[in-house]
Amino acid sequence: MKPTDQTPPPAASFWNDTGRSGITAWLFSTDHKRIGLLYFFSVFGFFLVGVVLGLLLRIELMAPGRTIMGPQTYNALFTVHGVVMVFLFIIPGFQGSFGNLIMPIQIGARDVAFPRLNLFSWWLYMGGAAIILTSLFTGGGPPDTGWTFYLPFSSRTGTNVSLAVFGVFIVGFSSIATGVNFVTTIHRLRAEGMTWGRLPLFVWSLYATAWVQILATPILGITLVLIIAERLLGTGLFDPSRGGDPLMYQHLFWIYSHPAVYIMILPAMGVISDIIPVFARKPIFGYKMIAFSSLAIAAAGSLVWGHHMFTSGMSDTAILVFSFLTFVVAIPSAIKVFNWVSTLYRGSISLEAPMLFSLSFILLFSIGGLTGLIQGAAATDIHVHDTQFVVGHFHYVIFGGSGFAFFAAMHYWLPKFYGRRYAEKPAIIAWALMFVGFNILYFSMIVLGLEGMPRRYYDYLPEFAPLNLLSTIGSWILAAGLVLLLVNLFRGLRSGERVGSNPWGGATLEWSIPTPPPTENFEEEPVVSHGPYDFRGAGIP
Amino acid sequence: MASERTGSHIIGYGTLTAVWIALLALTALTVWVALNAPGIGHVWGSLAIAAAKGGLVIAFFMHMRYEGRLLRWLLFVALLTLAIFIGLTFFDVLYR
Repeated sequence: MKPTDQTPPPAASFWNDTGRSGITAWLFSTDHKRIGLLYFFSVFGFFLVGVVLGLLLRIELMAPGRTIMGPQTYNALFTVHGVVMVFLFIIPGFQGSFGNLIMPIQIGARDVAFPRLNLFSWWLYMGGAAIILTSLFTGGGPPDTGWTFYLPFSSRTGTNVSLAVFGVFIVGFSSIATGVNFVTTIHRLRAEGMTWGRLPLFVWSLYATAWVQILATPILGITLVLIIAERLLGTGLFDPSRGGDPLMYQHLFWIYSHPAVYIMILPAMGVISDIIPVFARKPIFGYKMIAFSSLAIAAAGSLVWGHHMFTSGMSDTAILVFSFLTFVVAIPSAIKVFNWVSTLYRGSISLEAPMLFSLSFILLFSIGGLTGLIQGAAATDIHVHDTQFVVGHFHYVIFGGSGFAFFAAMHYWLPKFYGRRYAEKPAIIAWALMFVGFNILYFSMIVLGLEGMPRRYYDYLPEFAPLNLLSTIGSWILAAGLVLLLVNLFRGLRSGERVGSNPWGGATLEWSIPTPPPTENFEEEPVVSHGPYDFRGAGIP
Repeated sequence: MASERTGSHIIGYGTLTAVWIALLALTALTVWVALNAPGIGHVWGSLAIAAAKGGLVIAFFMHMRYEGRLLRWLLFVALLTLAIFIGLTFFDVLYR
C-alpha cells in the first residue's frame, strides 16, 4: 500500500528511490524499510486469517453440541488457528515488521548488517508459510494435533502433520537468520555516540529477543525433524513400548516454545517502553533496569519450560525446580511494569491511540502474568491445567500483551513511513470496542476454566453455556473494533492528514529524519549526543 | 580483527587425515561401548565419545582452534546454554 494523493512523497523517500520497478522493487529489495513493510503485510495478513478462524471457533462454542461444524473440523481449526497465530504472526511479527522498519534507524544505521540475508529471511518465512498452507489442502487434510504437535498422537494421526511440521521448520530458519542479523547490526552498526546506555529500549528488547531466537530455535528445528522421523521412519524415540520416552518430546518442544513466548512478548515490552515516555512527556523511569530486565527475562525465561508439564508425570524434583524458576521470571517482568507506572506518575499524559493501547497492555499483560503464576505454582496448576483458564491466560499475555502492543506500534510508527496519519476519534472508539470485547471474550474463559471446563473440547455441559455465549458475544465486539481500526488506520495512511518528521514529539532518532524516511535513512551519519528519552529539544507539537 | 587474520589458516593433509582417523576410531569405540559397557555406562560412554568427536570437528574441520576470542566466546555461550538445557532436563529424567 502506498500513500496516494495529489502530493507525492519527497523524491528522496524510500517509496521512490528503488532502482527497480513494479513488484520486483518490493520482492527483491534489500532496503530494511521495504522488507519491514513486506513482513508487516505478510504477518498482518496471517493475523487476519487467524482472527477469522478464532471467530469460527467461538461461533461453534456459542452453544452446546454442534453449531456450525463437526468435531474433526473443530480440532483442525484450533490447530490451524494456533499454528498461524504463533508461527506466522506473533513470532516473526515484531522482529520482522517493526524491528526491520525501526531498529536500524533508531541506532543510526543505514540498513541492517546483512541486507541480503534479511530479504532471504522473508523469503524463507513466506516459503514456510506456503508449505504450511499447502498442508491444509493436501494429504490427509489439516493437522488436528494442536499447535504443540504432541506425540504420540502426532505420529499416529492420518492428517497432514509431516508437511505442516516441515513448513514450521523452514519458518524457524527465517527466525534464526533474523536473530543473527539483528545481533550483528546492534553490535556493529551503531552510530557514533550511540552507546549501549543510549540505545532505545525497543532496541534493547530486540537484542534480547534475537539471542533467544539464535539459541532456542535450533532446538525446535531438531524436535520437528524428530516428529517427521517418528512418522516416516518409526524411530520409536518417544514410544515407551520401544524404549522411547514421550515426555522427552514435551521437554524438547517446550525448551523452544516457552522462550518463544518471550520472542512474542519482549519486543512488545520494548514498544511500550518507547511509547509511554513520549505520551507521558517524561523520561523513562529506570532505564537501566528496564534494559537489564529484558536480558533477565530472556535468560530466566529460557529455563522455565517444565511448567508446561506439571501434570504430565514429570518428577517431583523437576516440578519444584521449574516452579521456582517460573516465579523468578516474574521479578524482571514486574520491574518493567513498576517502571512504566512510575514513568506515568506525575506525567503530562496525552491519551491518544498509541498511548491507550499501551496502557491497556499494562493492565492486560498484568492479568496475563498473574494468571500465569497460578499455573506456575504446581498445586494450583493441577486444578486449572488443560482448562479454558489456560486459554484465557495465554490470550491475555499474547493478544492483550503482544497484540495490543502491535496495534500501538501500528498507530505510533506507520505514519512515519506513510507521511500521513489516521483520524484520532475513530481510533479511540476502535480501541474502546477492542478493549471491552477482549475482556468479555477472555475473562469469560478464565472463569469457565476455574469452573472446570476443559480446553480443546468440541462440546460441553449445559452449565457452561451462559459464559460461552457471553464469550462469543465478546469476540464479535472485539472483531467490530478491529474492523474499525483497520479501516481508519489504512484509510488514514492512504489519504489522511499529513504529518511532519516528529508528530509525537519523540526523542529517538527515527523522529529526527524526514517523513517518509529517505532510502538511506540519514543524509549524513548522525552523531548521538543525548539519551533516547531526553526530551529537551525534541519538537513537541 | 583476530578472526580475520586467522581466517585463512590452511590445515595440512596430515592433520586432517589424523583427525579423520581419530573420528573413525571413536565411532568404532561407540559401537564397542554400546555392546559391552555395563548398565547405564553405555549412555555416559556414548555421550562422552560424541562430545569428543564434536570437539574434534569443531576444532579442526570448522577451524575453531585457529579463531579469535570472540568466536570462541560465542561457541562457549551456545554450548553453555545447551548444557543448561540438558542439565535441567535431567532434574526430571534422574528423579522420575
